[in-house]
Amino acid sequence: MPLIMIFYYLLTVYLIGLLVWNFVREKKSIEDMAMYLLVLIPLLLRVLRIK
Amino acid sequence: MKRLGIIKGVLVLVFLVFIIQGGNRLYRHRHYDVPIVSGPGVTRVARLSDFGPGLKGTMADTWVYFLEGKEPGGKALLMSNTHANEPEGLMATVIIIENAVVEQGTLIVIPQFDHSASVNTRAGDGYPLYFEVKTDWGRKKFRMGNRDASPLDQWPDPDVYIHYPDRQLLSYIDVRNTNRTWPGRPDGPLMEKVTYAAMEIMRRDKVDLAFDIHGAETMFPVTNCIVAPDKSIKIATLASLTVKAKEGFDNHVEPSPGGFRGLSHREIGDYSETLPFLLEAPIPFLDQPTGPKTEKFLLDGKDPFLLQLAKKQKLFVPYDESGWPLEKRVGQHCSVMLEIFRQYAKKNPERSILVRGIPRYAELVENGVGHYFRDPSAAEKDRVYMN
Repeated sequence: MPLIMIFYYLLTVYLIGLLVWNFVREKKSIEDMAMYLLVLIPLLLRVLRIK
Repeated sequence: MKRLGIIKGVLVLVFLVFIIQGGNRLYRHRHYDVPIVSGPGVTRVARLSDFGPGLKGTMADTWVYFLEGKEPGGKALLMSNTHANEPEGLMATVIIIENAVVEQGTLIVIPQFDHSASVNTRAGDGYPLYFEVKTDWGRKKFRMGNRDASPLDQWPDPDVYIHYPDRQLLSYIDVRNTNRTWPGRPDGPLMEKVTYAAMEIMRRDKVDLAFDIHGAETMFPVTNCIVAPDKSIKIATLASLTVKAKEGFDNHVEPSPGGFRGLSHREIGDYSETLPFLLEAPIPFLDQPTGPKTEKFLLDGKDPFLLQLAKKQKLFVPYDESGWPLEKRVGQHCSVMLEIFRQYAKKNPERSILVRGIPRYAELVENGVGHYFRDPSAAEKDRVYMN
């Protein structure tokens, strides 16, 4: 795997962390909670090397 | 607080259902192997990585089948699934691998040329993940791939793809399109390594003819045709006229544009002694203004919206209620290739390629594509190649 691809994966993991953290911290808006999880789907599929 | 916990729990549950259900289907598609039976004419099988560095162990590596005749003669390289969402090429090459016997010369066949694209999906466009072809012994299941290699195998895309070696600026996505990365280089992006390996086969084996087998939209002018550069155009024209006269189907000739780089019909001719031909059969499934992209539509090519457009003369091919079924598309490819072999042999008798066992257009239309597929469960295990 080329070095630049590894950086992209690290970046993706970082974004996943941010989204999960925001989901955990969110107390009021159900819409935002759902959005965080929705945005998480493609990132997680990429990190798991599924899609 | 308890209510918040329940809401979050429900959302996570829904999220997990989506990711497990959807992810599982995509994972299985990426790892689903299609069996190909090496028929009586296959004399040896190699990997593409044997001819180009950097492919071994990657999803871009793929099988290369050699069908060698007893008598020396010319050599032809057949490539399909350059675009893995155009399955008529794959069907034609699988039929050839499983049935053809070469009497003179050699056929080199790479059925899943862009293997990475064949494990890529287009679920966002509603494409089916698989399609099945009815055979005499059951149904044969194929992966439905995508036009471009999977980003899991080659990433990131550049802002603009600078073609090697001409430095022409191409669309960023074409860096993953194996019909833009010719002639390739050994240390370039993965798809350039794929085309470089094929160029190495052509250069090392002194291949006479190369076929890149595709399908194209009915609303796209370069469809139902043979695309050929100047050096191949005479043979292409003779083949086109002959199939029209003898077999009754149109397959016009399109000249390969000199200023558009990266295409197989351009670069193979410019960077080797081989005569390239790109074959296009109409595939209505790829058109945009159609109904749902179902497996049935992929196979029979029937669509009411295209029929309306045909009546308004908006298509580049004749189109009626019979659609453009798979057997017609595959039949055209087989007949055109056989005719090009014949035309080439007339000009170069010492480089003839004589093959038997490849069905022609009329036979395929009558018997269907699946009739020519061999049952992998009935074949000797060492003759079945999974890819």
